[in-house]
Amino acid sequence: MTTVSAILNGIFEPGLFTSEPVRVAVIVGGVVSLVSAVVGVFTVIRGQSFAGHSLGDLGTTGGSGAFLVGTNPLWGFVVFALLGAGAMELFGARRLRQRDMTTGIVLGAGLGIAALFLYLGTTQSNTTGATITILFGSMFVIRASMIPVFVLLGLSALAVVGLLYRPLLLSAVSPDIAHARGVPVRTVGILYLLAMAVAVSLSCVTIGAILSTAVLIGPAAAALRLTKRPGLAIAWAALIAVTLTWLGILLAYDSYYWPPARRGWPVSFFVVALVLVVYLLADSASRRNSRRDATHAFARRGDRVGSPGDRGRTGPPGLGAG
Amino acid sequence: MTNPDRLGGSPEVLCLEGVSLWLSGREILHDVGFSLRAGELTGLIGSNGAGKTTIFRVILGLETPSTGKVLFAGRPRPHRNRLVGYVPQSIGLDPDVPLRARDLVALGIDGDRFGIPLPSRGRRRLVDDMLEAVDAQGFADTRVGKLSGGELQRSLIAHALISQPKLLLLDEPLANLDIRSEQEVVGLLARIAKEQQIAVLISAHEMNPLLPVMDRVVYVASGRAASGSTEEVVREDVLSALYGHHVDVLHLQDRILVVAGKDEGHHPELERERRTLPPRGLG
Repeated sequence: MTTVSAILNGIFEPGLFTSEPVRVAVIVGGVVSLVSAVVGVFTVIRGQSFAGHSLGDLGTTGGSGAFLVGTNPLWGFVVFALLGAGAMELFGARRLRQRDMTTGIVLGAGLGIAALFLYLGTTQSNTTGATITILFGSMFVIRASMIPVFVLLGLSALAVVGLLYRPLLLSAVSPDIAHARGVPVRTVGILYLLAMAVAVSLSCVTIGAILSTAVLIGPAAAALRLTKRPGLAIAWAALIAVTLTWLGILLAYDSYYWPPARRGWPVSFFVVALVLVVYLLADSASRRNSRRDATHAFARRGDRVGSPGDRGRTGPPGLGAG
Repeated sequence: MTNPDRLGGSPEVLCLEGVSLWLSGREILHDVGFSLRAGELTGLIGSNGAGKTTIFRVILGLETPSTGKVLFAGRPRPHRNRLVGYVPQSIGLDPDVPLRARDLVALGIDGDRFGIPLPSRGRRRLVDDMLEAVDAQGFADTRVGKLSGGELQRSLIAHALISQPKLLLLDEPLANLDIRSEQEVVGLLARIAKEQQIAVLISAHEMNPLLPVMDRVVYVASGRAASGSTEEVVREDVLSALYGHHVDVLHLQDRILVVAGKDEGHHPELERERRTLPPRGLG
């Protein structure tokens, strides 16, 4: 019994369950990572990873501006990400990749303004930690009073994705088919982009603006390696994201007790590192499976050759876009 | 409202009357008219850029004709058009899309509706029946991104058919298929037209694979169209008038070659014959 409790004490360092910041981080982190993962499944399918990252960058301008004028950064992130989503739709988010030079300049300018705001904000109020909080997030500094806001914003993003579930899948198969069936493809795209803006700004506050793409794309990309069914992919993504976020919180709390410095590592680091590990594991598992499938498929198709369905992957989706 | 083209035979499903379309100052379609009947398979034949896809877009309501009418069973287009099933040309599927062939078919039932569908036994049986109808049971649980060209084509046909349309449009369904898959898909479409009594319109730049099953042909060249039976349309006088210059029509055993001599870019059939005839002719 003593060894078991010693091990448990090693894993759950003293004070973990009574700490108010940890309690808030578990609730907010759980909600945010769940929402990000569910929204992220469609981000990956629609090939909008870059758009997701851009929303995070634009949100940073708002988040740092909000910090400068002394309001809660969350509102800055949300407002700027929503405006960014609107602008992207206006200039054609589908063509974003061909216009990457323009996008790069605009995003660079956004981050430049963020740098200015953060500099002004931190030199005025002498709170250098704010830069780290805005760019890399910290779940341990969120006030308990903000929990309902996170939950409501998260639920609204989930509601939009739930409403658009079938049209989003159909559009992912072929926008032409969706259009011919009477789906308002453009409206669906705009609503989805707005839901993504909300999800990204929530994870900007918790995981950090720079790292938000990792939680948006990572669990979804891993889930899509593990299953070929839409409902299961969403369930897997949510499970992976919430588990890894809670594990990250646990490790970050424990790291205060780790030698040599005993000063605590950031939660975001642990979450993003865990996401990368899980993605790599899922990817290698699916490669093994697809090699096995390919052998079966070859037997099934006999001597037919040259199937366009067998084209190779061009690489993992923008996981490391940060 | 009479049209000599549709006297007798099975009921008319779709009729285009004098359809012209201008897009950014160019006339893309000029006075195109033809009708499609239930149970008949029609080939929409023409080279790339002749206007085949535009005709599809007009039928689907994605383009509004500048002049002329598109009538569904004699009436204007219904608002929410479930009468038409559509299989586009290459759909450029993302290999990550988490859908099995059976999920793709199920999206044909209600993919345009909002909200999350509840699984039901009736739904599953409907999907199973449709998978069986296109011989897709063997790959029903395969991820759509991993299907071969022919398998994906059959899944998309099932997806289009499950909402029980009166008209099925297929844009170049035989492009990128190997010969065996090509024959399977053609046979499947002919069977569907007869068994389910729906009108099937297939676009192709090469008519020979469709010759054995085609009830009617709509031949398109530079935005104009001629329609009727193969014997009525694929003739030197008719096609020469359509192209606006002399065209040779050669019969080689049971195959037809259309040689539109003047313009180098206008005889894809000949190009294809050069590539494919020796192995096919001998084999």
